[in-house]
Amino acid sequence: MVSKKQGADLAEMAVESEVGDIAAAAGPYDRARALSAFKLGDVTFYWITRLSAISVLLILGGIIISLVIGAWPAMKEYGFQFLFTKRWAPSADPPVLGALGPIYGTLVTSFIAMLIAIPVGLGIAIFLTELCPQWLRRPIGLAIELLAGIPSIIYGMWGFFVLGPFLATTFQPFMINLCANIPVLQDIFAGPPSYLSLFNASLILAIMVLPFITSISVDVFKTVPPVLKEAAYGVGCTTWEVVRSVVIPYTRVGVIGGVMLALGRALGETMAVTFIIGNSFRISSSIFAPGTTISAAIASEFQESDGLHQSSLILLGLLLFVLTFFVLASARLMLARLDAKAGK
Amino acid sequence: MTSVEMSTVDTPVNPVNPIYARRRRRDLVVRGLCIAAAAFGVTWLALILFTLFYNGLAGLSLQVFTADTPPPGASEGGLRNAIVGSIMMTVIGVGIGAPLGLFAGTYLAEYGRNDRLTSVIRFINDILLSAPSIIIGLFIYGAVVVPMGGFSAIAGALALAVIVIPVVLRTTEDMLLLVPNPLREAASALGLPRSLVIRRIAYRAARSGLITGVLLATARVAGETAPLLFTALSNQFWSLNLSKTMANLPVTINNFVQSPYAYWKQLAWSGALLITLAVLALNVGARILGAERKTK
Repeated sequence: MVSKKQGADLAEMAVESEVGDIAAAAGPYDRARALSAFKLGDVTFYWITRLSAISVLLILGGIIISLVIGAWPAMKEYGFQFLFTKRWAPSADPPVLGALGPIYGTLVTSFIAMLIAIPVGLGIAIFLTELCPQWLRRPIGLAIELLAGIPSIIYGMWGFFVLGPFLATTFQPFMINLCANIPVLQDIFAGPPSYLSLFNASLILAIMVLPFITSISVDVFKTVPPVLKEAAYGVGCTTWEVVRSVVIPYTRVGVIGGVMLALGRALGETMAVTFIIGNSFRISSSIFAPGTTISAAIASEFQESDGLHQSSLILLGLLLFVLTFFVLASARLMLARLDAKAGK
Repeated sequence: MTSVEMSTVDTPVNPVNPIYARRRRRDLVVRGLCIAAAAFGVTWLALILFTLFYNGLAGLSLQVFTADTPPPGASEGGLRNAIVGSIMMTVIGVGIGAPLGLFAGTYLAEYGRNDRLTSVIRFINDILLSAPSIIIGLFIYGAVVVPMGGFSAIAGALALAVIVIPVVLRTTEDMLLLVPNPLREAASALGLPRSLVIRRIAYRAARSGLITGVLLATARVAGETAPLLFTALSNQFWSLNLSKTMANLPVTINNFVQSPYAYWKQLAWSGALLITLAVLALNVGARILGAERKTK
């Protein structure tokens, strides 16, 4: 932080240089002109910043308008039926296009990803705030944050070349054999093992959103007043009891906010998923079968599409935007509530 | 925190008391799971980096930087055009997006602190911050590519700029809010007009934080693929024309990975290594700058 002394120096320097500039430009004694130059600069700068701020709203408006215009032909053609049609046949005559497959894939992959990422992410956050020795905190925290920095195409490529083959030869056959005679489970974990599957995509998504859950949880865990935790330890609680009965209840809203934020990411993640989900519009009960998501469908078909096909893909994009908008909006509202509680 | 020491101190409890024993056992199990979770997270990073280096270094030679992307089936060529294209689009994207984000963040933190407009913009910005990047690609396709009549590098750069704005806006606002008010008051008391208070005092005091934001935004867009897929597209040639398609690393990797040619896959790994190194370096650089700020 800047100390007061430094600050005063800064102010002095700034005044000197600026007043010097303007005084030189305005001539030695022309106070009125100097003042009006100040005023003009003030108004200009105010409007530049204000218009820049408003540009954020324009971007949101632009996104909605351009998506609605692009999606209009498909909306007119299919209406609400679009949401419930399973078939995706862009080359049929007339083309039959339904969003059920991608919607199903998006929801299933995000659900499984959250199922894996929530416990692991919270576990790491608890480890970092309660258990980890001080010297290990920074390296592990940094490693988790770097995981968030890796571009999604790298995840996709890695999943395609490394994780997919690995899962298809180890984990998938194991689960398929294990569940072979158990009702319901045998349909969820049905063979054959595949390099490209909903489950592989879910696992990659889980790894990708892990850092979001962890870093937000660590942040909100830190808002717990130490006195509360110390009191609980003081009456003999174990670490787990402190976490369960003090930390989690105190930060519940914030943790849910973080989870929703991660969910928003998972729903819209594109490149990592496109590589390893198999881009099949069929809906299968097995999570080891190939599938597709909204974003993967757009990424893999948009370039070669036209007419109604393209319009349908844009409509898919609009659906995705609306979905993530609501998820992210509720995430932000929850996090804002926690901020208000912390008195920020 | 002292919690670690406190909870590991042996408390004088009766070890055979079943309730205590059960509580301790449960605590031990949960601790074990948390440690396993942390190991799980770090393992992925290690695995990904290991594979990247292992496969990427093998193909990394001078040729990668001096030759252009090869035609299908060739066994010679590099990524020069893609690297240059990526750098150009990233620089233009950040060049457009960063000032806009910076000024917008300035408005939120300096002029409109208690404004209704500010809370609306902050809310929308936070949503745009995590909006799917492929949606941004669709937006630019509809708003720039279709009216301009074709894919172009400038459309790609604009898509990146749209992603940069929310990141820079957010960090700028946060950093300016950290600047203590007495600084501004002192400057105002000396007769400095508001805009100069902001530019000469607040910006200067928050400088490393503002740079951190721009670096993070650059890291974020440097590896973005989805918004470039149908804006800048990509090509196989050396071209600096902004109004035409332009080769870029992410889309080139995307195309090469799914190809049947061994040399293309090899180049894809090298490209992936380059992108990851660049992005991680930017991230670490931003973090070091941010840490410096805190210890000052």
